[in-house]
Amino acid sequence: MSRILIIGEHDGRQLNQSTARCVACAAAINSASIEIVVLGASSNDVASAAAALAGVTGVLTVRTAADSPALAAVLAPQIAALAAGYDYVLAPSTTFGKDLLPRVAALLGVPQLSDVMSVLGPRTFQRPIYAGNALVTIEVPTGIKVVATVRGASFKPVGTGAGAPIRPVELSAPLPTHTRFVELRSGKTDRPDLQTARLVVSGGRGVGSAENFALLYKLAERIGAAVGASRAAVDAGFVPNDMQVGQTGKIIAPELYMAFGISGAIQHLTGIKDAGTIVAVNKDGEAPIFEIADIGLVGDLFEIVPEIEKRLR
Amino acid sequence: MQKIIVCLKRVVDYNVRIRVKPDGSGVVTEGLKMSINPFDEIALEEALRLREKGQAQEVVAVSIGPEDAQQQLRTALAMGADRAILVQTSAELEPLAAARILHQIVIREQPGLVLLGKQAIDDDCNQTGQMLAALWDRPQATFASKLELNGTVATVTREVDAGLEVIEVDLPAVVTSDLRLNEPRYVKLPDIMKAKKKTIDVVAIDSLGVDVAPVLRVTRYDTPPVRSKGGMVKTVDELVTALRDRGLLA
Repeated sequence: MSRILIIGEHDGRQLNQSTARCVACAAAINSASIEIVVLGASSNDVASAAAALAGVTGVLTVRTAADSPALAAVLAPQIAALAAGYDYVLAPSTTFGKDLLPRVAALLGVPQLSDVMSVLGPRTFQRPIYAGNALVTIEVPTGIKVVATVRGASFKPVGTGAGAPIRPVELSAPLPTHTRFVELRSGKTDRPDLQTARLVVSGGRGVGSAENFALLYKLAERIGAAVGASRAAVDAGFVPNDMQVGQTGKIIAPELYMAFGISGAIQHLTGIKDAGTIVAVNKDGEAPIFEIADIGLVGDLFEIVPEIEKRLR
Repeated sequence: MQKIIVCLKRVVDYNVRIRVKPDGSGVVTEGLKMSINPFDEIALEEALRLREKGQAQEVVAVSIGPEDAQQQLRTALAMGADRAILVQTSAELEPLAAARILHQIVIREQPGLVLLGKQAIDDDCNQTGQMLAALWDRPQATFASKLELNGTVATVTREVDAGLEVIEVDLPAVVTSDLRLNEPRYVKLPDIMKAKKKTIDVVAIDSLGVDVAPVLRVTRYDTPPVRSKGGMVKTVDELVTALRDRGLLA
């Protein structure tokens, strides 16, 4: 029976929900064990949260000062050393996992699968190509370690389980000093996190300016939603890059996605097609977003957004 | 620095909507418009700007692909690359194989910086830059939206899920470009004429002595399920009622 290692993603204090989605993917593979490795977390909460996930059989913690904040070049040799005892190495398909895992795979001399969206067999996986316009089924031959990033929006995070043992490990891989963290500029808000929110309000080029986004923030606050944006709105400087939803931004699966002034370029739609209900409001009735919206309303968002907000008071 | 290498992939043009073959054996690419992968074009633009600022002497464009990939390298030369290398192969390569080839080119050329797109818009793998950095045992700065060179160090702003991360890497290094790094220039006709005099060095893939055999087995291609079009409402009242009926809003 095979063993699975998942790279836990965290910000030093909290486990990222993408890890619980990786565990759901791992659970679909018929394996003997699912272990999570947590590197460089300053708080014990991260390992405890990982150990509490249903299906997890063990958590390994690595405490190296160089591991925090996480740098792919520093983490990769450690994970490659640890991977020797595993048949599968999984990481979330977030910017963390996408940066890190190919480096691990290359050190191991094996190919990597990106954005696994479904598990069709223990060694057979489906993933999107061409911005999600085609799906490809890939089989990893026996004897080759499976190294894959997991597309979070395709898997529901697992709940809590019985609790798994936590064990510190020492890794002796030589660590490079050629890569140094300088700073993280984060537009932290009190709103829910875009990647895990149940409700998302999102704006596009049609919103027109950074100031006008205040309308969406107000509605989001009213209903407890996260706020996202199309690439056009980010490129235009209305909002920071961490709000971008789509192929090259965040791929999300909220229960409700409300798109205001977003025309619906294919790259944007790729980021939301796993959403439960999609609402589109756009003044152009021909906008492609209406082709995939569950509920569409043609009209002026500057009238409609405040009206929705008012109706929900 | 002396030299920047930019890696370019020939891909189906960004504006073409691809189709899966009815028998699931692949994606129809015959007769479609081909272009430089847009992320790689941004990488090339960045290299050209660094050279124009006097921070590099030479920009070398490298591609791996069929003979026809010379078209994309000609475009790169017209944009301003000084010379080009095509590692010719008709085979579809996995990113690890591409990284192994690029590693050989890097050993031969000894660049101070390698720039390439964060992903190719055909296979969407987002792996080659990171793999090259690993094989070369050099730093990687992925998803770059800003790049500054200061002597032997590069400061790179990266677009990450949490916001913008700034890291510092010792050169030589591999940097992969995100969309907001720059806006590539348009090619002018006189530049196309000038590019005809520049050289494309064609290298046979076998001469590099690397293992490029595919490891993964691609068994089938499918068209993704489409979300069906829902209904339209006429008023905000109807919208709010519909969302309440679905239990999405209180």
